[in-house]
Amino acid sequence: MLTAKMLESVKKVEATRGERMGMEPRRMTAEEKDALLKEFHPDYSIAGFDQIRVGQNKGEKAPLELVNLLHSNSRILGMPLDLTHADYDVDVLVIGGGGAGASAAIEANEAGANVMMVTKLRIGDANTMMAEGGIQAADKENDSPMQHYLDAFGGGHFAARPELLKRLVMEAPDAIRWLNELGVMFDKDETGRMITTHGGGTSRKRMHACRDYSGAEIMRTLRDEVINRGIPVAEFTSAVELIKDDKGQAAGAVLLNMETGEYLTARAKTVIIATGGAGRLHYQGFPTSNHYGATADGLILGYRAGVPLLYQDTIQYHPTGAAYPAQIFGALVTEKVRSLGAMLVNVEGEAFIHPLETRDVAAAGIIRECRSRNKGVPVPEGYGVWLDTPMIELIHGEGTIEKRIPAMLRMFLNYGIDMRKMPILVYPTLHYQNGGLEINGEGYTKTIGNLLVAGEAVGGIHGRNRLMGNSLLDIIVFGRNAGKAAARKAKDVTLGNPTLRHLEEYARELEEAGLHTGCVSPMLLPDYAGKRHM
Amino acid sequence: MDKLVNVYFYGKRYQVPEDLTIMNAMEYAGYRLVRGCGCRHGFCGACATIYRIKGKNELKTCLACQTQVEEGMYVASLPFFPTDKRTYEIEKIRPEEQIMMQLYPEIYSCIGCNACTKACTQNLNVMQYIAYAQRGEFEKCAEESFDCVGCGICSARCPAGISHPMVGLLARRLTGKYIAPKAGHLEKRVEEINHGDYDELIEKIMNRPVEEMRELYNNREIEK
Repeated sequence: MLTAKMLESVKKVEATRGERMGMEPRRMTAEEKDALLKEFHPDYSIAGFDQIRVGQNKGEKAPLELVNLLHSNSRILGMPLDLTHADYDVDVLVIGGGGAGASAAIEANEAGANVMMVTKLRIGDANTMMAEGGIQAADKENDSPMQHYLDAFGGGHFAARPELLKRLVMEAPDAIRWLNELGVMFDKDETGRMITTHGGGTSRKRMHACRDYSGAEIMRTLRDEVINRGIPVAEFTSAVELIKDDKGQAAGAVLLNMETGEYLTARAKTVIIATGGAGRLHYQGFPTSNHYGATADGLILGYRAGVPLLYQDTIQYHPTGAAYPAQIFGALVTEKVRSLGAMLVNVEGEAFIHPLETRDVAAAGIIRECRSRNKGVPVPEGYGVWLDTPMIELIHGEGTIEKRIPAMLRMFLNYGIDMRKMPILVYPTLHYQNGGLEINGEGYTKTIGNLLVAGEAVGGIHGRNRLMGNSLLDIIVFGRNAGKAAARKAKDVTLGNPTLRHLEEYARELEEAGLHTGCVSPMLLPDYAGKRHM
Repeated sequence: MDKLVNVYFYGKRYQVPEDLTIMNAMEYAGYRLVRGCGCRHGFCGACATIYRIKGKNELKTCLACQTQVEEGMYVASLPFFPTDKRTYEIEKIRPEEQIMMQLYPEIYSCIGCNACTKACTQNLNVMQYIAYAQRGEFEKCAEESFDCVGCGICSARCPAGISHPMVGLLARRLTGKYIAPKAGHLEKRVEEINHGDYDELIEKIMNRPVEEMRELYNNREIEK
């Protein structure tokens, strides 16, 4: 299965393994990290970005592909739609069927609101389902919310919004408790104590996990709970625009049946955008670990309605996407593999970086190793470095990989690679949107008082880089909060006359700026038809 | 030039590069997927697929995103299967044997054909976890079914009409909530936070100047 050149390099990895087992690679100094990021992290590429020329963030930069969507018009511009007739009429409309949306819907339902979810694929088709490694919470004796805050704030380059980060860390233990009470099976020892590990950039072992199906276990439990509660879920139904009213409030959304092409409308007193990330925009040509629908839809429709973005220019590249074989190129290899002790090793068998540096640093380190030091291992799509997985069995005993990271074992075994015996090849993959729509500490957007955002579509919770396990956490914390807040708020909202005037105003702004992309947005699904891609 | 193989999507032949997965091959052939495509990395179960290699008798099952194409592959996707999820209130049910009898009585009609296990795209011992469920051994059922992605192929092959993924899910929720021992340290921390024990401390760290935070961060002690 592996090429001759790869096998030759594997011998070197095996030869140095014994010596590496006893050492911990040095952690970089703050100055070394800054220099590495500036030279090799894709966020610092000039060619990958462009200036936004309309709307609230006019003059700021964003990835080219996102700018193109922001500079495009709505697919329903000028379409005769009867907004006075509502196909759905609810208190709370949740847009998005992932972990944040489901948590919001459950809490809104719990608070007695009439809530519904719309999602363009199925409920659970979301990045939540694919989160492998775990979820952070400071619940051990040697840990505290302040320690969690410090790790996340520093790891995010001191750019997180304090009021958002405070909520994240202070409500983390309760999020774990809530999930556990819903029946999520966390890894525990026989006394009930959570089995926790490090993630990149954590100073305490606070990563809770459910094997390496952490997100899947959480998502399928939340989905089951949504169904048990009888919360209506319109699947294969995208929200393509927000509807506003003549008072400037959010008043619902225009929906598109993805299968029949029919347009519908939903009227709602409060709206929650929980549409997730943007990996399928393939910024700078990177493969992605994201699900099929991760196309930044919520950012587009929120922005068009007048909500500002925050940190839209910062993207997370997960250091360890699968680099080989080609069939799984870009698929996530969970950070838990490194939490369990596997080292990052170059073609010569040298450990070139501490395996638990933060994600941006580790990703930049791998890119440097391949691009500038020529110590990568050639793969059909470029280069990769080794993740020395057999170390895990040596450190923790035989059977650990099957017990703790079964999804990884299965993924590589499908292609004849046994990671218990052989190291695996990895390279950074587009993983997470650090930025998104700006919200205040209560979860509301700053420009529309009855519009909330939760989950990956939010910008500012993590700053300019996110730690492992803080995203599964934020979808629960901010999803729950949004659901409760939206249910409360819905009692006080009186809607005016529905309108889509904001689309026309946006179109006028594009016209005045001379922008004609030839596309419509949001994208909804990537276009892979007729192409060779992974 | 890539080496091409012949595959048949719903009976129609296409020539596609041999190194693609079934999902990528469908797209290469020109399909724009809405159904039958979710996470694309083997976690969501959206792309359940049944295939047969031309000239061979055996019917195989897989996830389209996790399986490479082969010459002569006849492919049909199964993007939805009407499994039957029963609803319940998690706060009201208990991990007792009769709960399976109440919610999923058809599991007791299992004829032991093992078609579910043979069809599982995750290579799980499906019939075994149903047997555990029948006996009220929820923890074992939960363990055995844990890696299930809910693709539903087991149910499609079951002559007894069992909705296996739903049975496993119920067993896991019962285990997670009721059977696994409580985490004392977690309960304690939640209590402390609710009691306001950290309110002042968190405000203090939030209001520290960035330079001080940088200093604290760069010199923090890291647990071994």
